[in-house]
Amino acid sequence: MDEESLLLSLELASGSGQGLSPDRRASLLTSLMLVKRDYRFDRVLFWGRILSLVADYYIAQGLSEDQLSPRKTLYSLNCMEWSLLPPATEEMEMQTSVVKGRFMGDPSHEYEHTELQKVNEGEKVFEEEVVVQIKEETRLVSIIDQIDKAVAVIPRGALFKTPFGPIRVNRTFEGLSSSEAKKLSSYFHFREPVELKNKTLLEKADLDPSLDFMDSLEHDIPKGPGAELRLGRERPQCAGE
Amino acid sequence: MGDLPPDPEPPPQPTSSRRNSQVSERRRSREHSRPQPTVPGEVQQVPLDAQILRSSREMVSNQINRGWSQGASLTPNENFIFQAEEAQRGGIEYPSLNTGFPSEVQPQTYPSEGRLQASHNASLMLQQLQQGKGNLFQQLESAYQEPRADLLGQYTRYQREDLQFSQGTQHGPYLRDDPVLQFSPSELGFMPFNVEVPEPDPRELAVQNAKAYLLQTSVNCDLSLYEHLVNLLTKILNQRPEDPLFLLESLNRTTQWEWFHPKLDTLRDDPEMQTTYEMAERHKALFSQSGGGEGEQEMEEEVAETAVPNIMEKAFYFEQAGVGLSSDESFRIFLALKQLVEQWPIHTCRFWGKILGLRRSYLVAEVEFREGEEEVEEEEVEEVMEGGEVMEAHGEEEGEEGEEDEEKVTDVIPKPTWKPPPVVPKEESRNGTNKYLYFVCNEPGQPWVRLPHVTPIQIVQARKIKKFFTGFLDAPVISYPPFPGNEANYLRAQIARISAATHISPLGFYQFGEEEGDEEEEGGAGRDSYEENPDFEGIPVLELVDSMANWVHHTQHILPQGRCTWVNPLQKTEEEEELGEEEEKADEGIEEVEQEVGPPLLTPLSEDAEIMHMSPWTARLSCSLSPQYSVAVVRSNLWPGAYAYASGKKFENIYIGWGHKYSPENFNPSLPAPVQQEYPSSPEIMEMSDPTVEEEQALKAAQEQALAAAEEEEEDEEEDEDEDQDD
Repeated sequence: MDEESLLLSLELASGSGQGLSPDRRASLLTSLMLVKRDYRFDRVLFWGRILSLVADYYIAQGLSEDQLSPRKTLYSLNCMEWSLLPPATEEMEMQTSVVKGRFMGDPSHEYEHTELQKVNEGEKVFEEEVVVQIKEETRLVSIIDQIDKAVAVIPRGALFKTPFGPIRVNRTFEGLSSSEAKKLSSYFHFREPVELKNKTLLEKADLDPSLDFMDSLEHDIPKGPGAELRLGRERPQCAGE
Repeated sequence: MGDLPPDPEPPPQPTSSRRNSQVSERRRSREHSRPQPTVPGEVQQVPLDAQILRSSREMVSNQINRGWSQGASLTPNENFIFQAEEAQRGGIEYPSLNTGFPSEVQPQTYPSEGRLQASHNASLMLQQLQQGKGNLFQQLESAYQEPRADLLGQYTRYQREDLQFSQGTQHGPYLRDDPVLQFSPSELGFMPFNVEVPEPDPRELAVQNAKAYLLQTSVNCDLSLYEHLVNLLTKILNQRPEDPLFLLESLNRTTQWEWFHPKLDTLRDDPEMQTTYEMAERHKALFSQSGGGEGEQEMEEEVAETAVPNIMEKAFYFEQAGVGLSSDESFRIFLALKQLVEQWPIHTCRFWGKILGLRRSYLVAEVEFREGEEEVEEEEVEEVMEGGEVMEAHGEEEGEEGEEDEEKVTDVIPKPTWKPPPVVPKEESRNGTNKYLYFVCNEPGQPWVRLPHVTPIQIVQARKIKKFFTGFLDAPVISYPPFPGNEANYLRAQIARISAATHISPLGFYQFGEEEGDEEEEGGAGRDSYEENPDFEGIPVLELVDSMANWVHHTQHILPQGRCTWVNPLQKTEEEEELGEEEEKADEGIEEVEQEVGPPLLTPLSEDAEIMHMSPWTARLSCSLSPQYSVAVVRSNLWPGAYAYASGKKFENIYIGWGHKYSPENFNPSLPAPVQQEYPSSPEIMEMSDPTVEEEQALKAAQEQALAAAEEEEEDEEEDEDEDQDD
């Protein structure tokens, strides 16, 4: 959620029961402003909160001018001091896929995972148990990345592509009409397109290159209940945002 | 002018006349130009008259219109008809006013006498106009005043006349619209007519009945035959197709279509019926005060003893903890609970929480009825159970008969050895899992639906499956192992599990009542009732956060059996013993069921089992920056979404979530059971391959050898015997 419209967005998303206490909200507003200044971001978004056993992580993301370029992720435990997280790599994802259970709440906590690795010693091949240590920070990074790739959603028309390449916020976007808002095809994944090039020429002909440059939600599997649109209160709320 | 036959119906002077005047104005201007060259003299006078006529008519029509609009009994459709016929009227009256142009009087051929009469009247008017314009003037003036005085009378008259007009009676609408006749002194004749006919004619009655019949709306829609015919005729008259009779069918169809697809006014947008508006309407109903409020006394009573909890206060505390719905939604929930309390005889009520679903969510209220109010539902359930038992008995009898038949048959079909496990009886209302009643609704404003009581088998099965709720109570739950019930039952089972696991309170808030009996007599099941401790003084918030021992469960733990108090399923009731004597002996030796024991009521949270080396609860202060005003918040790690807060003497539990337990691994639905053995395998039915030729020959050779050996032995024995005998 944009820090400018933070309060409004929080209220709209309150249907799921998760909210922020007043002190958190107040501290978020101030600290996000400072983060924007310090890191020179174009927009700072409050990504959300990850619940853990001891203390919750509050996550924010900063965007530069080009909206689709990789975002910088920051985390904080008290909504006041923010620390930058390293960008996610595939290796991290593989490592953290073995870790199960809740987050501990301590970023320096290390998960221990015993793996059987084949060790070659001369001609003998035997398996040795190796204890691999995975830091919670790494796990945090990869989880955020996975969630983003899967469910970060943006309505059609909110961003547009300029002829020079960078993607900008569409200032004339006024929201989707009620009939458009009910369709899954008017929402896109907020990430680099993966399936766009697989479309047939006929389908591509219907697309508007300045607006339709991301994957639509229509073709996601599981279909239907995978991303249900519910009309909550006065405007539709996406399960992803 | 007095020679005009008294017109039984006063010409109505509603909008028709207004329209009329507009039409006539146009034609007037057109015809003005024409007469000028021919009869200049009369023309000068005629426009004058016409103008006066026009102005007077307009005034009259305006007045009548105003009176008209106050209580119009005429549907807009009928107005259309008037207007349609108007256009033709103009044709008649106009020439009539333009005196001296009899050539232009074209009496239109209409298949009704009214028309002819009108034209007749028009021609009469013409004559009179030709005779003396001054005369006309006076008469017009007098007529001008009459309509005003007669306005009301005409108006009421028209209402009665309204009923007469249908089915092409001779008193068609045409006459009424004739503005010429408006000012005819024959109106004077209307006055006595008004007075003379106050009661309805039998004929009029018949006409009323006929019209009422026509006005019946069809079963499928709101359209009545009457309206449809009116639409159709209006359309025809407006469009004036060449051969209307031929086109009647298609016109009929288009008219019908148009009724359902009204042409939107292109200048003005119709407001959309959005779902948001409908939602707002429903919410509005919530806000209306019930009963109108008879004085202040009732208000005070209501304020004192209401079962509705203070939702706003709890919402405020939960908001401090970072949990909960937005404040206006909380308020709407409060109003909805108020509605619930008014509808049902409720003793205590609590907002249990919100369960999110794929399409819609559920708001759940936990409710306890007043004493003796639940009998209705129990009776129904008992009937169902008895019906079930009767069926079972019937089934067993049939089985016995079947056995006798089968014995006669040589091949006995093996009977299945599988018997369904004995059904664990469900708990009584107000006990154990069914201690409270639950009502759900999808949104505040929608009616509350009562959830059925939960049975142990449902709880047992609910533990094995994990399905998202869709939001519709009658949706089936398709899963393996199959869940006995629909979404309402599944919801109730999950609510029971969540309540049993996560409803906690600070230590000391509840205490056990005075003991009524020995523990041993109850089978060691422990006490199952508690009461509020009047001497409870709140535990300081910091202590609540530090140690889990300061919190206790105040709902009973659910045993693996699915109940809170253990029941031996093998104990049969008397009926079953009579029927199943033979089976009992077989069973007793095989199954022994152990009594299941769970932690007793009011156990502290520190005794709860850990998940993967994690404590099942997380406790925190709501705000670390101001500990003196904070609230202690406890969050369940086992059921994500369950929260409890405590501050001073107040505490509350809430659940907002998807309704599923936390599991570290991803959920894998259990695989179907292996296919059961259909028959016992024995050598009789086992397939064996036929012996090969070599084997057969070998067998034969072996048999022959054996035979030969036996014969030799016999021969030997005989020889021996012979030898003996010889000796």
